[in-house]
Amino acid sequence: MTYPIEQIRADFPILNEKIRNKPLVYLDNAASCQKPQAVIDSMVKLYSHDYANVHRGVHTLSIRSTDQMESARHKIKTFINAASDKEIIFVRGATEAVNLIAQTYGRANIHAGDEILITAMEHHSNIVPWQMLCEQTGAILKVAPMNVAGELLMDEFEQLLSAKTKLVAVVHMSNALGTLNPVEQIIALAHAKNIPVMLDGAQAIPHTAVDVQKLDCDFYVFSGHKLYGPSGVGVLYGKQALLEAMPPYQGGGDMIRTVSFEKSTYAGLPYKFEAGTPAIAEIIGLGAAVDYLNTIGMQAIADHEASLLAYATQQALQIDGLKIIGEAKEKGAILSFTLGRIHPHDIGTMLDSLGIAIRAGHHCAMPVMDFYQLPATARASFAMYNTKAEIDVLISGIKNLIEMFG
Amino acid sequence: MFEDLRELYQEVIFDHNRNPRNFHVMENADRQVDGFNPLCGDKLTLFLKLDGDIITDASFQGSGCAISTASVSLMTEIIKGKTQAQAEELFTLFHEMTTGKEEHINLEAVGKLAVLAGVREFPARVKCATLAWHTLDAALKNQQQAVSTE
Ligand SMILES: Cc1ncc(COP(=O)(O)O)c(C=O)c1O
Repeated sequence: MTYPIEQIRADFPILNEKIRNKPLVYLDNAASCQKPQAVIDSMVKLYSHDYANVHRGVHTLSIRSTDQMESARHKIKTFINAASDKEIIFVRGATEAVNLIAQTYGRANIHAGDEILITAMEHHSNIVPWQMLCEQTGAILKVAPMNVAGELLMDEFEQLLSAKTKLVAVVHMSNALGTLNPVEQIIALAHAKNIPVMLDGAQAIPHTAVDVQKLDCDFYVFSGHKLYGPSGVGVLYGKQALLEAMPPYQGGGDMIRTVSFEKSTYAGLPYKFEAGTPAIAEIIGLGAAVDYLNTIGMQAIADHEASLLAYATQQALQIDGLKIIGEAKEKGAILSFTLGRIHPHDIGTMLDSLGIAIRAGHHCAMPVMDFYQLPATARASFAMYNTKAEIDVLISGIKNLIEMFG
Repeated sequence: MFEDLRELYQEVIFDHNRNPRNFHVMENADRQVDGFNPLCGDKLTLFLKLDGDIITDASFQGSGCAISTASVSLMTEIIKGKTQAQAEELFTLFHEMTTGKEEHINLEAVGKLAVLAGVREFPARVKCATLAWHTLDAALKNQQQAVSTE
């Protein structure tokens, strides 16, 4: 079957937008993806017909909202092939999920002198929560190095796994470089030493089919807004036994079974970790995003994006002075680059004037920028709705701005 | 192709970006302050030599986008020989020019700096242009702490 690109583009209303009188070419998908009509409609329908607070009303609307929210949980469980709906915890995003793991699993299991192993290509959200935990506990943060292509050095990684290592927390796909890490191998090595593994799937999940049981990862975290869903919702997947043993994160309504002034008892999974009124409409919107993706198929999306990346890379390499940052053999649809002495922010402003949205900056990965001794890079990142024609617009824009800079 | 950008990227800006003026470390500077724009990663160090109230010399080091490099390069040129009060007055005018409403701006008073007036239309880039001046302000107030545009 041919990839239904025309139909997909028609499903995303924002793609009709004109930016500075030019058709939008949206290539900032790694920062956040646009939303299909189905997601927008699901939220409008909820607020127009079915909305009330969840899990606490006997009235019809509360039941409708609760059912839709729990149905979204089930869709996501199926999407990542978790063993049970109880393993799907709704949080605000990948960032909150990592913080949750650090402050519950981490505080309970990681002590002074213990080690947490991350990699040199982490997003700040998979660095800072661990540094905070280390400050609180006296644990030590270890960083597995990478080569200049942006590939993890697996020998060094293996050597850093020690008797003191209590958790491995690794980015599945790097947002700054596009690298897809060898997560199966990472998990096998860590599990051989009984070390649990958390994967930061914020970037990987919109680009690859993820099967958490096949991977056998212990935790998997991602954000809804990078998966064509709303912002303000994300998912923490954890193996049920681990989640059961973890203390709760925040206290409040919805996460308790009984409360008295002497003592409270906590609700079971997943509610133990979902204190307070959740992002009801956003969760339901994320469920609609997953439905939408299932109609296209993650493999078809991955194949489409792989051909976009190959084309963009081949075109970019023909531009004199363009340097690609991140040349791992296994890569997702991200093209980070520099243009010699033309600063990424000038590139960003110039491309914006042509209707092209890219990201310019450190991509919340300052250690990666330090590694390459760069203040910033320009980054084009591709999604299911991008086309080769859009890449042509990007490439021609880059050529022209080089000329203008002189 | 870049018609919308002619106001922002004037030839003077490209010139100062290619050949920044006063681009060197200053030995025995009286003031030295770092400026940092965390959003862009623009980084600069500003050096001043003072004789009483007069700024007798100014230079800078660092890396940034064309707007921030041209801004600091132009600034080091224009403040040489000015009193501290005159430099602060320019900072106020520059700030108004890059952030304020059109009708209030007296482009003649800012001289050469007027080439940067175009950033007004690009809110994402205003901090690139003003970083140099915030760093100067800190240097004149003799603050040691690095300046951040955050
Ligand atoms: C690899 C990676 N991890 C984590 C995050 C954090 O996601 P959020 O800001 O949605 O919590 C991002 C977002 O840029 C990311 O790219």
